[in-house]
Amino acid sequence: MILTAPERRHAIAGGAFSLAGIAVFIGLAVVTLLAAGIGPGGGNPLADPYLLRVLRFTLLQATLSTLLSILLAIPVARALARQPRFPGRLWLIRLMAVPMGLPVLIGALGLLGIWGRQGVLNQALSGLGLSQPVSIYGLTGILLAHVFFNLPLAARLMLAGLERVPAEYWLMAGGLGMRPASVFRFIEWPVLRGLIPGIAGLIFMLCATSFTLVLILGGGPAATTLEVAIYQALRFDFDPGRAVMLSLLQIIVTAAILGVMALMPAPDDHGLTSGRATRRIDGTLPATRWTDGVLLLFATLFIGSPLASVVVTGLKADLLKLVSQTIFLQATVTSLAIALAAGLLAVLASFAIVRARAAISAERRKTPGLRGLAIALSGTSSLVLLVPPIVLATGWFLALRLFGDPARFAALLIILINALMALPFVIRVIEPAYIVHRRRTERLAASLGLTGLARLRLVDWPGLRKPFFTALSFAMALSLGDLGAVALFGSDRLMTLPWLVYSKLGSYRTNDADGLAFILGLVCLLLTIAGTAGQGRHADEGGRNG
Amino acid sequence: MAEAEGIILAGVELRLGAHDFRFDCDLPQGKIIAVTGPSGSGKSTFLNLLAGFETPDRGGILLAGQDATSLHPSERPVSLVFQDNNLFAHLDLFTNVGLGISPSLKLSTEDRKRISEALARVGLAGFERRKPGTLSGGERQRAAFARALVRDKPILLLDEPFAALDPGLRAGMAELLTMLHRETGNTVLIVSHDPSEVRRLADHAVFVDGGAIRLSAPIDRFLTQDGIPALTTFLQH
Repeated sequence: MILTAPERRHAIAGGAFSLAGIAVFIGLAVVTLLAAGIGPGGGNPLADPYLLRVLRFTLLQATLSTLLSILLAIPVARALARQPRFPGRLWLIRLMAVPMGLPVLIGALGLLGIWGRQGVLNQALSGLGLSQPVSIYGLTGILLAHVFFNLPLAARLMLAGLERVPAEYWLMAGGLGMRPASVFRFIEWPVLRGLIPGIAGLIFMLCATSFTLVLILGGGPAATTLEVAIYQALRFDFDPGRAVMLSLLQIIVTAAILGVMALMPAPDDHGLTSGRATRRIDGTLPATRWTDGVLLLFATLFIGSPLASVVVTGLKADLLKLVSQTIFLQATVTSLAIALAAGLLAVLASFAIVRARAAISAERRKTPGLRGLAIALSGTSSLVLLVPPIVLATGWFLALRLFGDPARFAALLIILINALMALPFVIRVIEPAYIVHRRRTERLAASLGLTGLARLRLVDWPGLRKPFFTALSFAMALSLGDLGAVALFGSDRLMTLPWLVYSKLGSYRTNDADGLAFILGLVCLLLTIAGTAGQGRHADEGGRNG
Repeated sequence: MAEAEGIILAGVELRLGAHDFRFDCDLPQGKIIAVTGPSGSGKSTFLNLLAGFETPDRGGILLAGQDATSLHPSERPVSLVFQDNNLFAHLDLFTNVGLGISPSLKLSTEDRKRISEALARVGLAGFERRKPGTLSGGERQRAAFARALVRDKPILLLDEPFAALDPGLRAGMAELLTMLHRETGNTVLIVSHDPSEVRRLADHAVFVDGGAIRLSAPIDRFLTQDGIPALTTFLQH
């Protein structure tokens, strides 16, 4: 990279400043937790049977959720890859992206609408005269919900892997007369085997730190994860000592998962439906086509029906009355303000980090200090993942108690926590775009002597505007749908949309909850679509060609 | 009789998107036949029809005396070699060649011996446990030839098999192909972009343009024709 000395200094200083801010924010929370944990109440957490049970359940449900999601995703990904010209295939692939862009709370409501006590399935069963309803609460429900959210993720990542296989392989398999079992053994499984550890690590991480789903579907102390137990300890039992122990356990668990994940290849979604018309002779056998069709139909129903339920029950609610209520308007304004602030913060910090990393990597002679900074900057995402939002909130909750009611600082804390949560995803969006932009423009800009504001206005902003808004809408969607941070701090004075939905659900105003969930889900989905439009267009073209 | 054992396309018609293809030809058995033509002329479609990756809307395909019009690719009397990715990169050469004998890799002792012999025949003796990634481009194509050898089909289809290789390697590979062809007496159909390769290898040549065969003739006549400007341009390169 060709940078003038001041540009270089600014870039590195900006990155160091952002990193320091993040480290202080996370560090203070952790230090508070450690101090409280080592204090008088502290003992060996593993001697407490309650903590042990919660830890065991957290790991058990995460393990089972991961296994089920992966095992069920394999046939779905295979069927999608094998049938490049199936009617509705592209729509199913798009449908599978929805659970990822939908707030977890909304997904949970949709699942309740299908699998819940009053849900479609149980009503159909009792209509048939069966009295034993399917129970969505407890372990079964948590597994069901985790599979609903993670099966599509796993299937998409696997599909992307299968579509990267050279087209000649499939032709060769057809020419050699390989049956589906041989194709699986010699082509598909070797590809999947390489991807599964990374995907499994990602899903395990998501499930081990899952808060909202367990809060809604977990039943009592028998089905509680660390995160929900922290929330209960602080909000209901007023037992900060236990919350501290649980938080420290959670950090140890996430650290262990991150450590294992670091050894595995990271899954990537790039190259999905790259537009090559793949010819799959093995998919044209009538038997294969039928089984694939039935399988994909079930997958569509499984993923689509809770979403349909959100829409149908949402439209049944008195939306006009809901949106004209003062509390809705207040919550909307609060949510949007928090989301915008968190989104901007996440995007600006990400740009600073990405820019500093690029500036350092262009440095020919790196001092040990710079090299250390580069390593620290690239570890930002892991640092953020290490301390989940609930744990972070707990640390700050305890720290701020010294200065009065923590709820007074709620808005600021939620903004900061939401911004941090979004950071790893935002960096993933911005970094590749930034590197490409730099490569394209830096020589020309340097030779023309374009620097400072002129460069920002004429070169960088036009070139990076798109990834900027992509990342911003993505971060805003994450923040808008988040229930975790607000759950600890939320009160009547600070009401966000997800918190309002959750309150209505808790006070059995399910009709209102359904209506609000529909509105919130729609807004988040639109933001996510806006956020993935750049990547999505590519996929769409591919689908049309294929 | 010998003519009937070669490759015959009788009134084959096919429509792909906005492109129409029409192929009629009778190619001699036991010869090396080169297929040439500009990009997008229909060479690949021609090859896909022979391999069974496309089926004609109308007309019939006879391969080595057998009606192959609606046969599955694996039931056709053909072996295939592409320009690249002929070998599964995660499988060793023994397995890659073995899949040519049995697609589920059920191999007898006799089969195992044949695989090693085939590898030795193409100059890759002792390479059984090597992965494709550790080989040069030329060696990978040799391994693909070894698989074609164990499959022992009357027709070998090659889609620009040497295009990804250094010019220096191409002559040696062409020599190996000719040698294997003489030993087995099979019919070889090779799609090529390279006029010197056509001159060096082919006994017979076909020129495809605009989705149809413009000329199919023994190599002497093919090289000396002057009625088709596009072909004259091609040969001058």
